[in-house]
Amino acid sequence: MPEKSLLTDDLRAAIGGYFLRYPTKQATLLPALHAVQEKLGFVPPEAVEEIAALLDLQPAEVQDALSFYGFFKQDRPLGKYRMWVCRSISCEARDEEDLLQYLQEKLGIEPGQTTPDGRFTLETAECLGACDYAPAILVNDVLHEEMTRAKIDGLLDALE
Amino acid sequence: MAPDRGVTVAQYEPVLSANFHKPDGHTLAVYQAGGGYDTLRKTLKEKSPKEIVELVRASNLRGRGGAGFPTGLKWSFLPENHPGPIYLCVNADESEPGTFVNRVQMERDPHQVLEGIILSGYATRAGTAYIYLRYEYPLCFKRLQQAIDEAYAAGYLGKNILGSGYSLDVYIHRGAAAYVCGEETGLIESIEGRRAWPRIKPPFPAVEGLFRKPTVVNNVETLSCVKHIVERGVDWFKSLGTPADPNDPRDPGSYGPKLYGLSGHVSRPGCYEAPLGLTARELIDEFGGGVWGGRKPKAVVPGGLSTGVMSADELDTPLDFSAPMKVDCLGLGTGCAVVLDETYSMVDFLLGSCRFFAHESCGQCTPCREGTHWALQMVRRIKAGHGRLTDLDLLLEIADNIGILPGTTICGLADGAAWPIKNAIRKFRGEFEDYIRRTNAGGWMVTEPVPALEADSGQWTVGSCQ
Ligand SMILES: Cc1cc2nc3c(=O)[nH]c(=O)nc-3n(C[C@H](O)[C@H](O)[C@H](O)COP(=O)(O)O)c2cc1C
Ligand code: SF4
Ligand code: FES
Repeated sequence: MPEKSLLTDDLRAAIGGYFLRYPTKQATLLPALHAVQEKLGFVPPEAVEEIAALLDLQPAEVQDALSFYGFFKQDRPLGKYRMWVCRSISCEARDEEDLLQYLQEKLGIEPGQTTPDGRFTLETAECLGACDYAPAILVNDVLHEEMTRAKIDGLLDALE
Repeated sequence: MAPDRGVTVAQYEPVLSANFHKPDGHTLAVYQAGGGYDTLRKTLKEKSPKEIVELVRASNLRGRGGAGFPTGLKWSFLPENHPGPIYLCVNADESEPGTFVNRVQMERDPHQVLEGIILSGYATRAGTAYIYLRYEYPLCFKRLQQAIDEAYAAGYLGKNILGSGYSLDVYIHRGAAAYVCGEETGLIESIEGRRAWPRIKPPFPAVEGLFRKPTVVNNVETLSCVKHIVERGVDWFKSLGTPADPNDPRDPGSYGPKLYGLSGHVSRPGCYEAPLGLTARELIDEFGGGVWGGRKPKAVVPGGLSTGVMSADELDTPLDFSAPMKVDCLGLGTGCAVVLDETYSMVDFLLGSCRFFAHESCGQCTPCREGTHWALQMVRRIKAGHGRLTDLDLLLEIADNIGILPGTTICGLADGAAWPIKNAIRKFRGEFEDYIRRTNAGGWMVTEPVPALEADSGQWTVGSCQ
């Protein structure tokens, strides 16, 4: 184990809890990556090595799977609020582009970037499965429905 | 949650959505008060797994996840007397653009979903079920986990369910924002902890699936239908929907209830239940309150982006398993329609579609990986005002040659990428030609090769494939 472990005892225990659910340790990889990203805000290369050791895998096997899923970030922690703006068909048909443009202006960042104060990460999403509420934006665990510029103003004010 | 937007079809009593609007409908108490889990209790006592498989087979239930494969037939591929373990994977990845009805089910009536899972697990002799849930459904995750916990506490899950000797564990496995995880073998790879690369079939999952064991993969809504077939019987199920074509011995028909989704340019988007075979026009006008702002429809995506588009004069097509193909769409897909009004540009439709599939192609098969990217590059160039009329033929050539149907790829993602291209260009060719002529006055008739544009920048670049 490296001197200063990134995976805290809590994290290790949480990942260990998943071992009981699957017949192989490798199958706990996605739950483990989610747990680590949730806790650290990202999955840096050092964490990849530690996860690999914990799951009896090669770091390359973890990196191979991780890099397939655009969901996990490796260079720097995500913002406190990760904002997913849906750009698929139903949202696009209801003027998502204007919302994305507005958010870019207000936050001063492009999709994929995080504000310098670490509060917001802006992302474009494929269909969020909320087309009945288009245009939709998912912020962490909360879906924001039928969004407008005014609603974005209110949302950004409310998220401190 | 927004208020009830649904209305009921005359003479049809919804079953799949019956609890959707009950206060606290997602809790065990409310579900049980409405008779929930009675069917499970009764069935575990009275019926053998084989008898349920037989019921499902006799009902001609077809999978609601997109392909419409007969569920009973799929289950019958499981090896007999297998020592186990056998796995059930519940496909709750629901990432097909325009699709959301599984979400509504899991948020509003997770116990109905669970009861279907337990009955189907019993029928297929599965000891473990994994619900593969897309990560972007946090409320589903919360509600499902709560329902699972309640079901364990009430003895509907775990060891020796209701004293029947049957045991089942259910776990939620959360995805990580990749569309191809919804393909059943990509889903299996993803659970196993690898990149979600679809597998070459055969072997089919029923023979060698998750952890190389016999595995059934079914959609959330399919398994909910199982519950109602067991509860109400085969005759009830077959009294709904479009009967099998008597002239086609291989047509299993389109029976049973369906949760239709409706979004895009309509007055009342939402999730509406009707017997299979509702026409697109009925869905839009009778449920959706018509196209918004009194406008006319231009095109309708019948069942998720992969299924392509219908033009305005094809809207009387029934949304069942066979009719959409008669208007050259890929199929019923997910039954979630997206309406595009007369002001919407089909160039934008095609651009969005090509962007999506190029982004989601897993890259294993050259025709899919290259085809989706080159199509995107061409449509970007057209959109930017550098299109040529020959590009339309080139796009069609790509679309006609990628996918399982032409036989060049491992999975159906490429067919899904191809259909919007084929349908949009063949059904709206005039609009594309006008656009190209109007925006590229000097070059629309050029036929020699032209360089590609750098992604989104409008700069020319030679030979780049990004
Ligand atoms: C690219 C791709 C994505 C798919 N996504 C889903 C999905 O999100 N949900 C789903 O139920 N089926 C999806 N399917 C279909 C599954 O492969 C499979 O046919 C289905 O889960 C089987 O369940 P059913 O027979 O109950 O419909 C997808 C197929 C492909 C080719
Ligand atoms: S068809 Fe496309 S998505 Fe499917 S396996 Fe091949 S490359 Fe991957
Ligand atoms: S298209 Fe945006 S949620 Fe489906």
